Amino acid sequence: MTQFGFPILSVITFLPLVGVFLLATLQGEDAQIAGRARLIALVTSLIVLALGLYLWSAFNPALPGYQFVETAPWLAGLNIAYRMGVDGISLFLILLTLFLTPIAILASASITKRVRGFFSALLLLETMTVGMFAAADFVLFYIFFEAVLLPMYLIIGVWGGERRIYAAIKFFVFTLAGSLCMLLALVWMWRNAGSTDIVTLTHTPIPGNVQDWLFLAFLASFGVKAAVWPLHTWLPDAYGEAPIPGTIMLAAVLSKMGAYGFLRFAVPMLPNAAATFEPVMFTLGVVAVIYVSFVALAQTDMKRLIAYSSVAHMGIIIIGIFTFTVEGIEGALFQMLSHGIVIAGLFVCAGVLLSRGEGLVLSRLGGLAARMPAFAALLMVFSLANLGMPGTSGFIGEILVIVGALKVNFWVSLLAATGMVLGAAYMLVLLRAVLFDKFTRPELANLPDLKAGEYAMLLPLAALVLWLGIYPSNFTHVFDAPVAALVQAHTASLMPHTALAMVTTK
Amino acid sequence: MLTLIAVFAPLLGAVLAGVARPFIGKHLAVGASVLSLVVSAVAGVGTLAAGLQHGIAAPVHITTWVSVGNFTADWSLRQDMLSLTMVAMVSVVSMLIHVYSVGYMAHDKTMPRFFAYMSLFTFAMLMLVTANNLLQLFFGWEGVGLVSYLLIGYWYEKPSANAAAIKAFIVNRVGDVGFAVGIALTYYVFGTISFDGIFGAAASHAGDGYRLFGTNFPVLEVVAILLFIGAMGKSAQIFLHTWLADAMEGPTPISALIHAATMVAAGVFMIVRMSPVIDQAPVAMQFITIIGASTALFAGTIGCVQNDIKRIIAYSTCSQLGYMFLAAGVGAYPVAMFHLIDHAFFKALLFLAAGSVIHAMSDEQDIRLMGGIARKLPVTWLMMLFGALALAGIWPFAGYYSKDAILDAAYAVNSPVGYYGWACGVITAGLTAFYIFRLFILTFHGTSRAPKHVLEHVHESPLVMLAPLVVLAFGALGSGYILHTDFIGTNFAGFWGASIQDPASSPMLRLESDPAWVAIAPLAMGILGIAVAILFYVLVPALPGALSQRFGGVYRFLLNKWYFDEVYDALLVRPALRLAKFAWHSGDEQFIDGIPSLLTTLTSDASTQTVKLQTGSIALYAFVMLIGLLGFLSLFLWVR
Repeated sequence: MTQFGFPILSVITFLPLVGVFLLATLQGEDAQIAGRARLIALVTSLIVLALGLYLWSAFNPALPGYQFVETAPWLAGLNIAYRMGVDGISLFLILLTLFLTPIAILASASITKRVRGFFSALLLLETMTVGMFAAADFVLFYIFFEAVLLPMYLIIGVWGGERRIYAAIKFFVFTLAGSLCMLLALVWMWRNAGSTDIVTLTHTPIPGNVQDWLFLAFLASFGVKAAVWPLHTWLPDAYGEAPIPGTIMLAAVLSKMGAYGFLRFAVPMLPNAAATFEPVMFTLGVVAVIYVSFVALAQTDMKRLIAYSSVAHMGIIIIGIFTFTVEGIEGALFQMLSHGIVIAGLFVCAGVLLSRGEGLVLSRLGGLAARMPAFAALLMVFSLANLGMPGTSGFIGEILVIVGALKVNFWVSLLAATGMVLGAAYMLVLLRAVLFDKFTRPELANLPDLKAGEYAMLLPLAALVLWLGIYPSNFTHVFDAPVAALVQAHTASLMPHTALAMVTTK
Repeated sequence: MLTLIAVFAPLLGAVLAGVARPFIGKHLAVGASVLSLVVSAVAGVGTLAAGLQHGIAAPVHITTWVSVGNFTADWSLRQDMLSLTMVAMVSVVSMLIHVYSVGYMAHDKTMPRFFAYMSLFTFAMLMLVTANNLLQLFFGWEGVGLVSYLLIGYWYEKPSANAAAIKAFIVNRVGDVGFAVGIALTYYVFGTISFDGIFGAAASHAGDGYRLFGTNFPVLEVVAILLFIGAMGKSAQIFLHTWLADAMEGPTPISALIHAATMVAAGVFMIVRMSPVIDQAPVAMQFITIIGASTALFAGTIGCVQNDIKRIIAYSTCSQLGYMFLAAGVGAYPVAMFHLIDHAFFKALLFLAAGSVIHAMSDEQDIRLMGGIARKLPVTWLMMLFGALALAGIWPFAGYYSKDAILDAAYAVNSPVGYYGWACGVITAGLTAFYIFRLFILTFHGTSRAPKHVLEHVHESPLVMLAPLVVLAFGALGSGYILHTDFIGTNFAGFWGASIQDPASSPMLRLESDPAWVAIAPLAMGILGIAVAILFYVLVPALPGALSQRFGGVYRFLLNKWYFDEVYDALLVRPALRLAKFAWHSGDEQFIDGIPSLLTTLTSDASTQTVKLQTGSIALYAFVMLIGLLGFLSLFLWVR
């Protein structure tokens, strides 16, 4: 087992299901159920978060490979096993999920119908997402990857906005269509390696011409999830129509699944194809940064503007991953964390306005800084982080990607850096429309400032934004070992002779 | 330790004034901010004095910031003479502006917010000047950019203030793209971004090439130009200058802070800081010289016809920054620093004096509606006169020493670019003296053109505003004379030490070798400029109107600031917004979403058609089955 004496990863993964079970057994009147359901969900998610922090404290950042590995026989005849493990790449993505679930639960005060079902779906989502990040077996990964769709589909479709059915189906069909391609790739790789263990798969060579096809399959699947341009159009609809807690999970956590997939499968298992497709990925990334930033600038709704800004940031992440440099990949990983926290903060801010009965149409907001100074200050912090202000989390990832990209190509670096201007443009437009100028309507003058529950969501997020921005080493040190190993393996597989020479000189 | 206090006291003040205000109250919040600046100024001067006495100390290492691969940046405070000089200047000038603001902003409803921003601004600038690596410099750089955005948009109910704030931030960011890529390229070339590592290896990379546009460029030229693009944004050089004049939307003390001690000086400081790299890039240096000299002249011409008291001084800042880049571009870095420090004093003085006038005139800023108030504002009048004389470069005021030295250096390099810089600089010296005395005369002298009710309320400012003015006036009067020996005179190499290394080719060593007429030219132009101003606005007041009639085209061209805003608006801003709408509606909604929509339509259409086959007639189904069976059978037989 592991050094804890109990399978900590499985416990973290499946503990939320206990919460779901408790929710199912609740009895009483509707109002009572709602309150209790919220409490049960919150307590469950906090216990899981505590376990996650314990996991972090026991994690050894010096090791590049999987830690806390759990293996149990499962479908033995097919060489598939239940394998769980965590390394420096997945550790913080798991923690991000664990951290944001309680925030999403806190943010769901506006959910009043089918409360029990909603929190069950949210906890189920937590289980599936953590399981997906912790899976060390491809089949297991695939199952969790697909299973994430179900609770999310329900969250959008049942508790969403006006066009929720359209958005939910679009989300479901886009992602499912992509995932089918991954299933085909999975079957091929399984036959090729004779196992679905991720470590085995990583070390099994694949012929060059097949790699390209497999890469395209992965691109279809992970590209949709990561909302790589032009596979991104499901995203604004889904983000826009999902209820705030759903949007938080979708934007902050689920969008990382695609980027994680690239890092876990596409890059290490298909080094030649990844190198072949590098220019394509750079192009897609740069287009995402520039084109989508322009689209964001034209938005008239706060939620959709943030959604598009999210797509633009995914472009930066994609560019970072495909630089195959330590700086670029760590920048991408850091950006994944940062973006998760920042985007959650922004959507919580949007939720604050919704909970006061306001819409999110930008032309009907304005002047809120006067009566809601605390809200204004926190929205400002997240917006600045989103536009990459040094001292906030958003800057570190961005500059690392720019630095990594410059090692490969000057123009990619320069074009990625233009995101700094465009990001500033749409975020400042957003800030002005929401916080500044005069009130567009007199009712806006009567909105109360933040309440205790809202502080409980926003302050931890803001503190994390600053922690990541001022002392990012706590996080980057965990990335160091696996990313260095990844980059080295990538270089070695492309140029076996040089890599050999490097080893001998050492 | 003193440096640490000097840098972090303003941060503490900002946090107290900004975050703790609900708990400690308005007065205590403002008091905390001002007190923190006093502490900072004392510590800042103390650390400079200690540096002068005991020699410079090693950098203060606080903690690691980023460490990924070799890309390592620390939070640390560099303590060489360049940093210490800037720390002392920034903390002292900023402290004076804080004190002044206590009086100027007394009627403001959200005063603690204002002080929190100002203290934060000072902190960011201090982090910038004490940076020991490019990334921390960038932190301070963006920090001042951010706070300037907040301060320009301080009165956020005003749409014009919001527009100006966003403009300032975005134009700065355009420059920052160059800076960020410059940092990345520096890392790529040197393998480090710490200053010591870069400066030590600069000479050895002078021959390295870098391929761009299919041509091989010397890599340090590319680095230098990228960094300078950053500096152009921050220091409002031509093409990226448009934000500076609009930045007047903020309260006047902010203009003093932005234009004198912080923000715009950052670009010049960065180029001086990076001088070991810039020195290896002769083409980039020529570029810097040309941009600097052109900006000086260009902004000077605009300053001559503006009517807003703050706008005139703003364009003069733009112009004076051009002088500083001119000095840096010809390799006379100490001279650039000298002018930077001198300018900080007299520009802060001018702005605060202008603020005092605006305060007295019930927030009127148009100099055409002033005049004849010298008697009512005697102290302000004297202070403004000191500032004007210093700016015009009249002996013995500060500007005389530094502006002369800049033009001497430009002439001494003895190259076409140097002569171009010199010529622009000399013409600008005349323009400068003209526009500042035009401002001075129209504001204070002649008959009053102000409405009666305004005139009745004209009053001298309170002591809390006048005292900082007096201190700054001493700076404007004495800083040139006192500092010139150490900064650029016989002792300059000993004073700057290792912080600015001048190669043998530097014009620093030949400042005094110019012909006598070259040395006297700027002063002569200054006096001429003042004489013309007196001629136009005292002796023959009809002349300026006649001239602007006669040369209407030129006048409108200058009044509209060479139409930069209009051109940018037509070429960049509006097309960008149109492109944004197009990308959204046509690109995303119609084109990209069109493909899946088309697929769904095809699927549902196909199913509608196929449904028609389901007739329910068993006979028909049986017949089709038979045909199918026959077909497959014949296929099987044929293939076999």
